Amino acid sequence: MSKTLYEKLWNSHVVHVEEDGTALLYIDRHLVHEVTSPQAFEGLKLANRKPWRISSIVATADHNTPTSHWELGIQDPISRQQVETLDANIREVGALAYFPFKDRRQGIVHVVGPENGATLPGMTVVCGDSHTSTHGAFACLAHGIGTSEVEHVLATQCLLQKKSKTMLVRVEGIVGSGVTAKDIVLALIGRIGTAGGNGYAIEFGGSAIRALSMEGRMTVCNMAIEAGARVGFVAADETTIAYLKGRSFAPKGDDWDKAVAYWRTLVSDPDARFDAVIEMDARQVVPQVTWGTSPEMVTGIDGEVPAPEDFKDPVKSEGVTRALQYMGLTPRTRIDAIKIDKVFIGSCTNSRIEDLRAAAVVARGRKVAANVKLALVVPGSGLIKEQAEAEGLDKIFIAAGFDWRQPGCSMCLAMNDDRLEPGERCASTSNRNFEGRQGAGGRTHLVSPAMAAAAAIAGRFADVRDLL
Amino acid sequence: MDKFIKLEGLVAPLDRANVDTDAIIPKQFLKSIKRSGFGPNAFDEWRYLDQGAPGQDSAKRVKNPDFVLNQERYQGASILLARSNFGCGSSREHAPWALHDFGFRAIIGESFADIFFNNCFKNGLLPIVLPKAEIDALFGLTEHSPGYRLTVDLPSQLVVRPDGYAIHFEVDAFRKECMLNGWDDIGLTLRHAEKIREFEARRRTEQPWLFA
Repeated sequence: MSKTLYEKLWNSHVVHVEEDGTALLYIDRHLVHEVTSPQAFEGLKLANRKPWRISSIVATADHNTPTSHWELGIQDPISRQQVETLDANIREVGALAYFPFKDRRQGIVHVVGPENGATLPGMTVVCGDSHTSTHGAFACLAHGIGTSEVEHVLATQCLLQKKSKTMLVRVEGIVGSGVTAKDIVLALIGRIGTAGGNGYAIEFGGSAIRALSMEGRMTVCNMAIEAGARVGFVAADETTIAYLKGRSFAPKGDDWDKAVAYWRTLVSDPDARFDAVIEMDARQVVPQVTWGTSPEMVTGIDGEVPAPEDFKDPVKSEGVTRALQYMGLTPRTRIDAIKIDKVFIGSCTNSRIEDLRAAAVVARGRKVAANVKLALVVPGSGLIKEQAEAEGLDKIFIAAGFDWRQPGCSMCLAMNDDRLEPGERCASTSNRNFEGRQGAGGRTHLVSPAMAAAAAIAGRFADVRDLL
Repeated sequence: MDKFIKLEGLVAPLDRANVDTDAIIPKQFLKSIKRSGFGPNAFDEWRYLDQGAPGQDSAKRVKNPDFVLNQERYQGASILLARSNFGCGSSREHAPWALHDFGFRAIIGESFADIFFNNCFKNGLLPIVLPKAEIDALFGLTEHSPGYRLTVDLPSQLVVRPDGYAIHFEVDAFRKECMLNGWDDIGLTLRHAEKIREFEARRRTEQPWLFA
């Protein structure tokens, strides 16, 4: 019988099934960071349990680490304690790899895993972080999990999970110049809503997805969770295989050939059936900008801020009223008339080399507008930072007036010192525009890296297609 | 984990959709390495007028009188009434920890985000999905009847209103057993340790590169 990729990935990891269908899934890769793991390690210790398979663990510190003045260490004592707790836990239990603060390969966990070849097709991947869906770009079953589940995976190498329904998002056609993976996924969320994928595992397919680089596919899968889906993934193909060849933890020699032969089977069969199918036309997608406090509150750069009365559902309409009040926006304002105070280029959504290149193309030879107080560029990892510097991207950003920083999660969630002040408005390449996400009272507009750079130059949202 | 069998308690309404886990417990409180003590900072940005920071004495902070959970009539509530997609966003288990610490033992909503829903069950906090029409009615009853209480009966999977009207809800059999008995998932899973070892050994032979 023909199977979807989800069914193939699921079936190949089932250890045991309870009567009600709850399954024990074997976990191949466990990514660990400092925020959601301390209670899990403590729980393990209190119960006198040992980690089941330490060679499945890849750990790094990312959420709390500063992006400047590394010579001073971590100034905030409670952030420092959390990072030091991770150091101590990994020292005690061990790991396949640990990239601590200041390590050359340190960075955002969802950037570090793939770039070191620690995320491989056919794997189950978990991490105590909702953006674990990112790894689905490699035809993985990648679940974001809570801390109790982190402890459960540490102790048993398994995750308790019920099978999801399957959704195929098929994006056909070629996107226009200046339109990116971020715009595709934001447009999707605008269409199906942030709860649209609840209960589903989303496979992203179609010619527009196949045409994306691995970086682009990671951006799309990263935001599957913003569409409500705990997992999102893309079938393996030549792009996947080419990306992985030669990476540190990727298989070598005979194993490589065997692995590649297996990876090529990680596609949905041609006549496989999905519980839901969403069709999107890539040619219709324009650069996207969110205007509200949920990623589904999004429109094109050629659009305007809607009015509460545009929405029939009273709960939704009231949500829009509240969002506009929080965002300090008036209905019918043109998106390209909204001025900004800060720019953030980074996060597990958009901090990879391709993202930095796209922003640099726009920044080259131009200047950040006078009304923009801070324009941050935060590479996703130390390796990306090195590569960007080898390509001279740092010089382009600095010459244009951007701040070039050390890697980490930074202003995506503002657990370190990078944050918005109350009322400040930011063009951000991150994934969430929730109230207070980038700092209490801060106003976040989600965009692609190229659009963030365009906003930095114009001092307001601007159509990047006019700057290319 | 505490057992959850039957709960009779005061209901507090939070009438907005897409309540995210950043709102339930803001990021600055995630720096704690403990599982407890998050209650005073649940909904911190909505609940207080000043900016919250770890280590503050929250009893001395100025509360936002407009935030529904600050109203006198909802003090001591153990059942939270919610709209759709409650708990969306970050996977932080600090969200159910904060709600539990605040005093909630059940959340009744139209729908929940997957990870949050799952995290609740690990912490003795029962998330219940009811149809929109029932939720609409409960919001109306809660608002118009001060001191409105509900009974949540997990063995019979019923939410019972004071007027005797009972609403059935679905819950996975496995999760229900765990909640009723206060079972530790890890202990349950380790009963299958032999099966896990066999699975792992086979995988190691078939895909050795995963075990390098």
